[in-house]
Amino acid sequence: MAKPTTLKDHFRETRLFTHRAVTALAFTIVLMLMLLTRLVNLQVIEHDAYAVLSDNNRVHIAALPPTRGLIFDRNGVLLAQNLPSYSLQLVPEQVDDIDATIEQLRQLIAITADDEQRFRKRYKSSRRFKPITLRTRLSDEEVARFAVNRHRFPGVDIAARLYRHYPQGALAVHALGYVGRINERELQSIDVSNYEGTDFIGKTGVEKFYEDILHGEVGVQQVETNAQGRTLRVLEQTPPEPGLNLHLTLDADMQRIAEQALGEERGAVVAIDPRDGSVLVLASMPGFDPNLFVGGIDSKTYHTLRDSPDQPLFNRVLRGRYPPGSTLKPFIGLAGLEYDVVDPSASIYCPGWYRLDGDDHKYRDWKKSGHGPVALNRSLVESCDVYYYDLALTLGIDRISSFLEPFGLNDLTGIDTSGELAGLVPSREWKRRVKREPWYPGETLITGIGQGFNLVTPLALASATATLSTYGQHLRPRIVAATEDPDTGDVVDFPVVSNIAVPVEDHANWHYIIKAMTDVVHNHRGTARRIGHDAPYEIAGKTGTAQVFGIKQDEEYVAEDIQKRLRDHALFIAFAPAHEPKIAVAVIVENGGSGGAVAAPIARKVMDAWLLDKGHLSDAPNAGETP
Amino acid sequence: MSLLDTPVHDLGQRRRSLAQSLHIDPPLLLGLLLLSGISLFVLYSASGQNIDLVWRQVVRLGVGFTVMFALAQLNPAPLKRWAPWIFAIGLGLLVAVLVAGEIGKGAQRWLDLGVFRFQPSEVMKLAMPMMVAWYLSDHPLPPTAKRLAIAGLIIIVPTLLIARQPDLGTAVLVASAGIFVLLFAGIPWRVVTGFAALGAALAPLLWYFMHDYQRQRVLTFLNPEQDPLGAGYHIIQSKIAIGSGGLYGKGWLNGTQSQLNFLPERSTDFIFAAYAEEFGLFGILVLLAIYLFIIMRGLLIAVQAQDTFTRLLAGSLVMTFFIYIFVNIGMVTGLLPVVGLPLPLVSYGGTSMVTLMAAFGILMSIHTHRKLLPR
Repeated sequence: MAKPTTLKDHFRETRLFTHRAVTALAFTIVLMLMLLTRLVNLQVIEHDAYAVLSDNNRVHIAALPPTRGLIFDRNGVLLAQNLPSYSLQLVPEQVDDIDATIEQLRQLIAITADDEQRFRKRYKSSRRFKPITLRTRLSDEEVARFAVNRHRFPGVDIAARLYRHYPQGALAVHALGYVGRINERELQSIDVSNYEGTDFIGKTGVEKFYEDILHGEVGVQQVETNAQGRTLRVLEQTPPEPGLNLHLTLDADMQRIAEQALGEERGAVVAIDPRDGSVLVLASMPGFDPNLFVGGIDSKTYHTLRDSPDQPLFNRVLRGRYPPGSTLKPFIGLAGLEYDVVDPSASIYCPGWYRLDGDDHKYRDWKKSGHGPVALNRSLVESCDVYYYDLALTLGIDRISSFLEPFGLNDLTGIDTSGELAGLVPSREWKRRVKREPWYPGETLITGIGQGFNLVTPLALASATATLSTYGQHLRPRIVAATEDPDTGDVVDFPVVSNIAVPVEDHANWHYIIKAMTDVVHNHRGTARRIGHDAPYEIAGKTGTAQVFGIKQDEEYVAEDIQKRLRDHALFIAFAPAHEPKIAVAVIVENGGSGGAVAAPIARKVMDAWLLDKGHLSDAPNAGETP
Repeated sequence: MSLLDTPVHDLGQRRRSLAQSLHIDPPLLLGLLLLSGISLFVLYSASGQNIDLVWRQVVRLGVGFTVMFALAQLNPAPLKRWAPWIFAIGLGLLVAVLVAGEIGKGAQRWLDLGVFRFQPSEVMKLAMPMMVAWYLSDHPLPPTAKRLAIAGLIIIVPTLLIARQPDLGTAVLVASAGIFVLLFAGIPWRVVTGFAALGAALAPLLWYFMHDYQRQRVLTFLNPEQDPLGAGYHIIQSKIAIGSGGLYGKGWLNGTQSQLNFLPERSTDFIFAAYAEEFGLFGILVLLAIYLFIIMRGLLIAVQAQDTFTRLLAGSLVMTFFIYIFVNIGMVTGLLPVVGLPLPLVSYGGTSMVTLMAAFGILMSIHTHRKLLPR
């Protein structure tokens, strides 16, 4: 035991401690050598055995990607489906010479420079034991040719996958959208584990908006694999939950009719069933084939699409913001009645121009000679500008903008597809905030005829028309009617969503405007008379032309082309039957010129399709057979 | 001699005083920074490229280094005065946690203080060596048999309290922190061997007091292949990861065992296996060299300490750090049973890292608060 010392002996204690510290160090080093011996044993002597164990580590967790939901139109026409495809995959770890392998594969299978470039990009960033796709969508012949030669290519294999296919091609592409490969930015916003084994994600349109519903839930399986990673047997699995099928409100036949009616023109057609807000047609032309984007579009095709002067990639229905032009006049007229500043029987005289007090500027009517004495009904039938200059001035911008806003003209409609832009109803407050300028009276005048700062998307215009047709009932436009579980067949209908209704002072005012709008179509002086004379049902409509300004003039264009591109946009809004509306339509034809001559016939075709061909003219939606 | 001696001494004095005014020990700091760097790299890979997790570790490291710098500013003299109080508080908290603690992962270790949850056993990791060193330092060393017995009591009570939680890993650490103070205090080797023999004789008794899962761990350790998909899975997968790493490793982000989710707990307790798989034996040599460097520097600090209390405390803190390393690597390589200790400063985790950094802060404080007397 310790020697009893009463006095602390510092030198002795220090020496003792130093001695113990050295022992501690020796102890540390010995134990570390022990660990090291163990590690050398594991990593050097038994390395080969462990490497084999690691290579064919038996239990492998594999993701089972869910099947994406299908998309149907209202009649069950298939709009988006999944088709099996074969792709060529390469596991870098198992391939000795990547370059030589690719060269040899080229003898059997067409591999473009784009394919190779994409492969190399992913090769750099991904891990060596994960398969990388070299080519997608092999033809049956290519699959067969590779299968015969497979033994020559260790580490290369064919994988079967489902890819998205749009059987109707370009039809309704701007409503439907498309899927594409998941990019870096999207990776940040999704639950990565739920997308394990999934290559595609909704990029635009319904495909994007309903991504969560369409995608489903990933499944997991534990599989026993051999050294090459081939599955020997499944030990345990949680099956994936497939995405739900979507049933759209769109009608593929009508959509096709609308797109064909637009033909070579650039423009948009929207048709809404005012009874429940269902969007029947959502056409933006020209379109493009969404199938091009699914497997990754090649850069040349993409640039052609992107740089085309017709802008096929531009979603005109949701993102095209056009001046509403004279299609705004029924709304302004209604505002005059509801605010009680208009006597419908009182005429004003239209000399063909209008002048503000103390202002030399002449605000012209589209009809140079003037309309003569004009009352409210005639102002709509003949679309007299001077009448609305005067009315707008009487109303003032504040009342105009507060009247238009409940129609949803200053907002998003809230439709359930992605990419929508909001329209614009100018106001004093808006101009101060955005332009930092006061409001000028002249701007009130041109607002009255839908020019100036006014902007509206074709969708919002159709929605406002539907709201007008139903005496202020403001339903949110919707494009998906129901979801369907592909396993059980359970259908869940989506509810109709009502926005705040437009306040109504007097139904007679609305009735008056609707009557005037039927005269636009059915009166012999109406601007849309050409579609009215042979119509078997009553149509309420209003034509419009919107001036084109600020167009970009590319110098490459030939002179006639520029001429055409500077022409006015042709617009037409309508609903029918006028007093029991079942369809509301908005048509915009870019640089179409006259609304009555160009836009109205397109609307007529769409309405005919719904009311005549689809039998909606009679009462109940499906009562075509019953009297 | 003195002509030559003076300028050298002056130079050393000046360089030292720069770091000393900040109370930092540059070699120790360098070692810790290297470990932190390695930790972030391995975590990024072992977590499956989870950059958020890496950032959280960065924040924890930041907290750890802040605590270290703060403690380094503190003179060790008050530390000695406070030692019994800190120990008393730690003991009180341990009792509190047994009475009113939170249960996490089947063990009662946490005390919820409203603002944050807190593990009182962490306090004991520092309080234990301080208390034993305080108790022994005022009397001549080596200690008398009576003082040794009381010191033994000081060690055993908190150790049992922690083992009851049950937290075997921390209990081992706290007990060894106290025992190392005794060893540094110079108790004769025959006493040490006597206790070791007694311990071996009492092992069956320990078995009796163990929880089921602790017994399972010991059984698994003895024969991992017996239950390859159950309890033995950790050790088998870990050994495959290490063994398949070989001399040079599979490369960063390319460890199949960890990337393909075969390796359990690969960001926390088993991070060494993930590291060994991707960086191989050479990577391990680098890591062990850094650890050894830190230990050697720490022991040097202990030897140069100017009074018995700081000397004993420093020595114990350094050796506890080593116990961490040894137990963790031993467990991951299958040399020791799985006791759930992190690889110090590399594993993902918060509380134990802060305690470790606090220990290094105390070491720096001891070293930089010396009164330098020219000899």
